[in-house]
Amino acid sequence: MIPVADIVFYLLAAVLVIAALRVVTTRNPVHSALFLVLTFFTAAGLFVLLRAEFLAAILVMVYMGAVAVLFLFVVMMLDVDFAELRRGALSHLPVGLAVGGVILVELIIVALAQHSAGPVTEPAVAVPNTLAIGRVLYTTYLLPFEIASLVLLVAMIGAIVLTLRKRPDVRKQVISHQLARTRDQAVELKKVASGEGA
Amino acid sequence: MVGLNHYLVLAAILFAIGLFGIFLNRKNVIIILMSIELILLSVNLNFVAFSRFMGDVTGQVFTFFVLTVAAAEAAIGLAILVAFFRNRATIDVEEIDSLKG
Repeated sequence: MIPVADIVFYLLAAVLVIAALRVVTTRNPVHSALFLVLTFFTAAGLFVLLRAEFLAAILVMVYMGAVAVLFLFVVMMLDVDFAELRRGALSHLPVGLAVGGVILVELIIVALAQHSAGPVTEPAVAVPNTLAIGRVLYTTYLLPFEIASLVLLVAMIGAIVLTLRKRPDVRKQVISHQLARTRDQAVELKKVASGEGA
Repeated sequence: MVGLNHYLVLAAILFAIGLFGIFLNRKNVIIILMSIELILLSVNLNFVAFSRFMGDVTGQVFTFFVLTVAAAEAAIGLAILVAFFRNRATIDVEEIDSLKG
């Protein structure tokens, strides 16, 4: 009798591999992005199977909520002839298959050659996954955690700077110009004789 | 019984698919970025599998950092792509040779 967890693993693994293959082989980039979402969701399922519930939730939120939508947004924003980009792609197929196949075989050999990890070592006192991560993350790995936030800040500023552009044909309110104006530049007094104003 | 090796082999397959995708879509930067995301996901799967089967939560913490870097990489990569498309009206990798001497 096969345990239920094993059946779930093989099911998720099959979906993961097929979805990942569709990401790289489909013609339409929108389909690629959607299959990427499926890949990440299946991986989140595998994370749950590995008792990493917090990371599964993060994967769904960050990848499906942000990164995949970013990909979809860029695919739809850019007006690119994707059929043109596919032309000649098949000429790279043998090289890709060779390199990918060699690396796959190597990784599998390495994975199977090592000693099996043995039975799962359960922690002495069962704590929720999120609590266990939090305990380590905010003590031992506090500095890397802060640096990670810095990386995200730099990425955010970088993305804004890269995509910012000045458009000469669009008028914008420039506060500094407004504040730099003096009374002399803005106001002109005219002496108008009584009864002669237009 | 599914063990560590099953997860390692699955991650290896995912890694190989990501690498294969880079070769197959040599012209389309968007698919190349997606392939890199697949490769990073396979690394994460390895980290979490080791974390589970060795009873150490550190692997999950490192997955956390890999996710951070992957998100930053996707944002910056797509921003560069948008800026490039505005200047050259193409995303063909083979056209990106302005710095060639």
